[in-house]
Amino acid sequence: MIWLDTLVQGVLLGGLYALFAAGLSLVFGIMRLVNLAHGDLIVAAAYLILVLVSLTGLHPIAAALVAAPLMFAAGWLLQRGILNRTLGEDILPPLLVTFGLSVVIQNALLEGFSADSQRLPPGDLATASIAIGPVNLGVLSLLTFASAVAVILVLNFILYRTALGRAFRATSDDPVTARLMGIRPDNVFALATGLAMVVVTIAALYLGMRANFDPAIGPARLIYAFEAVIIGGLGSLWGTLAGGIIIGVAQTLGAAINPEWQILAGHLAFLAVLALRPRGLFPRGGM
Amino acid sequence: MSLLSTHGLVARYGLFQALWGIDLRLEAGETLAVIGANGAGKSTLMRAITGLLRTAPEQVRLEGAPIGGLPAERVAALGIAMVPEGRKLFPSLTVEENLAIGAHGRKAGGAWTLETVYDLFPILRERRAAPGTALSGGQQQMVAIGRALMSNPRVLLCDEISLGLAPVVIRDIYAAMPRIKAVGAAVIVVEQDVGTALKVADRVYCLMEGRVTLEGRPADLSRERIHTAYFGAAA
Repeated sequence: MIWLDTLVQGVLLGGLYALFAAGLSLVFGIMRLVNLAHGDLIVAAAYLILVLVSLTGLHPIAAALVAAPLMFAAGWLLQRGILNRTLGEDILPPLLVTFGLSVVIQNALLEGFSADSQRLPPGDLATASIAIGPVNLGVLSLLTFASAVAVILVLNFILYRTALGRAFRATSDDPVTARLMGIRPDNVFALATGLAMVVVTIAALYLGMRANFDPAIGPARLIYAFEAVIIGGLGSLWGTLAGGIIIGVAQTLGAAINPEWQILAGHLAFLAVLALRPRGLFPRGGM
Repeated sequence: MSLLSTHGLVARYGLFQALWGIDLRLEAGETLAVIGANGAGKSTLMRAITGLLRTAPEQVRLEGAPIGGLPAERVAALGIAMVPEGRKLFPSLTVEENLAIGAHGRKAGGAWTLETVYDLFPILRERRAAPGTALSGGQQQMVAIGRALMSNPRVLLCDEISLGLAPVVIRDIYAAMPRIKAVGAAVIVVEQDVGTALKVADRVYCLMEGRVTLEGRPADLSRERIHTAYFGAAA
């Protein structure tokens, strides 16, 4: 039964990685922008929630609801002010600029909050659990996974059922022709990044409630997010969830064998998928 | 006042000057044909009118108001729609979504809706759920035209809509023109096929090397004059 428990915990952990990855996947899918600061933006959002919690005494979940529109605005401004200028035929400028942004965010957080590790106080959620058959499931883990599924459902709804999503996909296909339809690509991209930052806020909420964080952990979250996106196949959000689950299961299985193998097992699973299915499990599944 | 006009329109790509002072006017309800050989500047002219290529503001006017300096998305919102060369359907969108996105910048309603476009091209109703790029060339062209109509434009620009299509398909597509005009749009068709152009147009402009070499009503233009204007001095 220990194996069943490990497997289920791994699947639930995959929800967290899918949350890390969904925003990255969205931005890449719409504007072919690889945001190397994505992990650091998650950490920055966690600090924003932390500040709101300590200022107002709100529960982190309520604080995240306040943080989400702020992060949307920050994403919109970031895209309009900086990232739009880097987009073009050459893929190098966005990489360099977001890499620089990553360094800036890490150092600004270090300056503002020191290197001490922090935690978003989850209250009773931290210890609450539900027994399903032989397996005990943490409520927080279940909530994380449910949020990942909800985020993907909502993003897919926006992408495939709304005028905004249509504009996202059209601009992604062909920004020049999109302009002939009256669409402003720079605005569309800014909305997409704003939306991605809302997802980032949700990811930050669970990151901070589940474990400690400090200003330096962003890049590792970026790696997990990347791996989830690549395993799933570029452009498929459900694939991204599957990718997150594969990494999560590999990590918990690795840890069950030997705690030192947790991180390594996730990376090995990624390499194995890459070797067998270089384009991921569900390439070009829609957007 | 003309609906749409250009005044000494010049355009260049870097050092290469593609248009050398084009004066063109389009009256309400009129159909113009712009003909010319490859590289004559026809597509550049379309790009300049739609704002994909910025020009001096006064060089392109809509009902007298300067629009030459506006970006393409603003020009589209003013009621100038284009059927781009090569159709340029959005591959991630279904036929119906391709049509719907044409109405993206539309402010007011108008005669053209999904239903009326489907009435114009009934085959598209059957293929509405298919990806736009899964259709035949002629059907894709119908989607591109329908997409432009969905904005209920005052001016419809059609860039090489017969390119690469079989004659029977071209005839089907041009058969839709009277209904498009009946709704009130003025039309500019860019054509390499002179015969087709002369049939549909009220007036014709012929371009060569970025200049207007001939302008007039099809009935008034002799074969020789068109030939000379199209290819240069008679060999």
